[in-house]
Amino acid sequence: MERHEYDVVVIGAGGAGLRAAIEARQQGKRTAIVCKSLFGKAHTVMAEGGAAAAMGNVNSDDNWMVHFRDTMRGGKFLNNWRMAELHAKEAPDRVWELEAWGALFDRTKDGKISQRNFGGHEYPRLAHVGDRTGLEMIRTLQQRVVALQQEDFEVHGDYEAYIKVFAECTVTRLLKDGDAISGAFAYWRETGKFIVFDAPAVVLATGGIGKSFVVTSNSWEYTGDGHALALLAGAQLINMEFIQFHPTGMVWPPSVRGILVTESVRGDGGVLRNSEGRRFMFDYIPDVFKDKYATSEEEGDRWYTDQANNRRPPELLPRDEVARAINSEVKAGRGSPQGGVFLDVSSRLPAAEIIKRLPSMHHQFKELADVDITAEPMQVGPTCHYVMGGVEVDADTAAASVPGLFAAGEVSGGMHGSNRLGGNSLSDLLVFGRRAGAGAAAYVDSLGDRRPQVTGVEEAHAEAVAPLERQGGENPYEVHHELQRTMNDLVGIIRKENEVAEALQVVEKLKERATNTTAPGGKIYNPGWHLAIDLRNMLLVSECVAKAALLRQESRGGHTRDDYPAMEPEWRRKLLVCSAKPDGSEVQVVEKTQVSMRADLITLFDRAELSKYLTEDELAEYDAAAKELS
Amino acid sequence: MSYKGKFRVWRGEGGEGRLEDFTVEVNEGEVVLDVIHRLQATQAPDLAVRWNCKAGKCGSCSMEINGKPRLGCMTRMSTFTEDETITVTPMRTFPVIKDLVTDVSYNYQKAREIPSFTPPKDVKPGEYRMQQIDVERSQEFRKCIECFMCNNVCHVIRDHEENKTHFAGPRFLMRIAELDMHPYDVADRKDSAQEDHGLGYCNITKCCTEVCPEHIKITDNALIPMKERVVDRKYDPLVWLGNKIFRR
Repeated sequence: MERHEYDVVVIGAGGAGLRAAIEARQQGKRTAIVCKSLFGKAHTVMAEGGAAAAMGNVNSDDNWMVHFRDTMRGGKFLNNWRMAELHAKEAPDRVWELEAWGALFDRTKDGKISQRNFGGHEYPRLAHVGDRTGLEMIRTLQQRVVALQQEDFEVHGDYEAYIKVFAECTVTRLLKDGDAISGAFAYWRETGKFIVFDAPAVVLATGGIGKSFVVTSNSWEYTGDGHALALLAGAQLINMEFIQFHPTGMVWPPSVRGILVTESVRGDGGVLRNSEGRRFMFDYIPDVFKDKYATSEEEGDRWYTDQANNRRPPELLPRDEVARAINSEVKAGRGSPQGGVFLDVSSRLPAAEIIKRLPSMHHQFKELADVDITAEPMQVGPTCHYVMGGVEVDADTAAASVPGLFAAGEVSGGMHGSNRLGGNSLSDLLVFGRRAGAGAAAYVDSLGDRRPQVTGVEEAHAEAVAPLERQGGENPYEVHHELQRTMNDLVGIIRKENEVAEALQVVEKLKERATNTTAPGGKIYNPGWHLAIDLRNMLLVSECVAKAALLRQESRGGHTRDDYPAMEPEWRRKLLVCSAKPDGSEVQVVEKTQVSMRADLITLFDRAELSKYLTEDELAEYDAAAKELS
Repeated sequence: MSYKGKFRVWRGEGGEGRLEDFTVEVNEGEVVLDVIHRLQATQAPDLAVRWNCKAGKCGSCSMEINGKPRLGCMTRMSTFTEDETITVTPMRTFPVIKDLVTDVSYNYQKAREIPSFTPPKDVKPGEYRMQQIDVERSQEFRKCIECFMCNNVCHVIRDHEENKTHFAGPRFLMRIAELDMHPYDVADRKDSAQEDHGLGYCNITKCCTEVCPEHIKITDNALIPMKERVVDRKYDPLVWLGNKIFRR
């Protein structure tokens, strides 16, 4: 069996994975990047709007504290506040660093990086390139990896001496020595041959879980691999009940249902209307945001040119609010012909300006739906977009509870609380990708000459080949489709106790069926076999989502319970933590208390605002902290 | 609105293969990749195809549809008639791994041979100042999603395997132009474009531009200007004289 020794193995080659690998290599560690797709194709390429960083290039009032406050508000104060703090402080440096590696962001008049408005951000904050920011980011990081390989070639005569990409290679198990990570087991998609990595540190950067839902903006890679690998290796997942349904996905034609329509459409002036032509978002401003959003169309429109004297239009509320509002309008019978609502930019900007600012959207609608967005409105509806939950990590080092295991980006949990703000994902990838790479490098240093031994290869091998060797079992595509329908219909944007409980029963049965799937054909590039393996991960993650969703008896961010519609301060302090047995059985969810915010951070907020979120006890803590600091 | 479509798909591995006929359901609004996925789910579970975003943003599902290089996810079924047989084959310029999946490692090798972005040593991150108009030329080339269809269609390597060693293909010649036009890049790329990466082989037939799904004007905006920059250098009488005098 093919075998390689590395200091650090990074699983995933999106923004977080590449940034982690770059950091590990820059700190002198021999680093492998293992990814399911070709190099440069990861889901990050689909990110459109931009990377949020309080550089203050467009509005000099912006700074890390404003960004921190926006992030905590967006997440309904459930965020890991230390992560939100580090993120807000370090995002500008991470963006500037990309520029020094060759990224070409759009510019302001004085030649700095331009920044655009986005939902939940008080000031224009998103560094962007038209509406293809993710592509720019992944290409820049990819090219940075190549630049490092060229440096290594100069010195060692081998491009891959210190950093190597294992593309189209899927990890199926993390390997351990006692409690600690010792490597990973994988197969080459191209040949079906197996490969063992000996490595004391593994960084998970595998992204999200959207492929468990029918309507999603996520690509096939988003099967929750990292979430599942972490669980199976003994780590914990937090906040799994919080799933972001992006308010604006395409709804027609059916084959593109769910594909993302960037929030930049609204950031640049686009408005949402129902079938009666009403800008309905004005009817959906929740109490906690009442004083921050415009109450008339006139004020909202003035805000685009004069932010000091006007409040934002409610189309730019955080994503969870907008998605629920669209859902309600459609349910009330005021939807568009194809079951969404109208998103119109054609009446708001000149055609040339639309094509310049939103080129991919223009292209996407023209090619896939025969709609010219400069002349007519789009039809849009909610789509499963992002999982806030993920591996529970230490904020500073990105370390999970299992020694040697690290996680960054979407697969990690905590940073975004119950709801992520648009633009905070790309900056999250950079900030915590770098920290995970550094954390892994420091961990390897701390081991000195000690190296954990790889165990469990035979078991991992047997598990992986099982679907190929079984005869007459079930079609994995069928099991996948049923899982997608179940999660979409029963654990979707609006949840009820009996429906979630029903979903759990279905998932339980599907878990049984998934152990009996058959993949006809050989080992060479066999997608049926690959899916049969991925099913284990999707099912495990879906079980976590449903179990946590059943327990949380309130509505907050990306978790809306029809039977518990209010947000409860008591629940704000509770995190739901998932764990499982190494064979994926006995998924447990337990409550854990959120650590109180540091005094200098909590006092960045007004007491009046906090009183909408915190319990009386916590407000007393706040008063004490405020007194001490004054 | 659905009908039974006729598909002819290349199946095979290890240098052997054949076209296989399928009759498969096609629904309104679908693209070729949707139909390939339906074949996988219902008739040919091991049919190999690369794909990722299914929104024309990642450049994974490059294939040849009725002989033309296209992205499977952006080719709408409504562009064909219902009785038309649609032939789907892998990209021809690269070796087939299996079915519609080809070995595109040539492209990654070429990417590595091009010297990276080289900024001046004294500019720190955060200090970069560039005007929009100055970054727009390179930005056009950075729209590239690396579907490699330009390299697939370029006759310099499509019909001449032997040229692969010394020809970077439109994708990476465009990368050189992108860096050469970057306001902060200080590397001299003109001689190497011609001598190491084969710019001279391009005889501007514009096949690459025609197949580019991002509608990048590869030939007009990248390759021809780059050729002009090379020529300016090579045939400038002052440069020639300078070389004669100082390089002896």
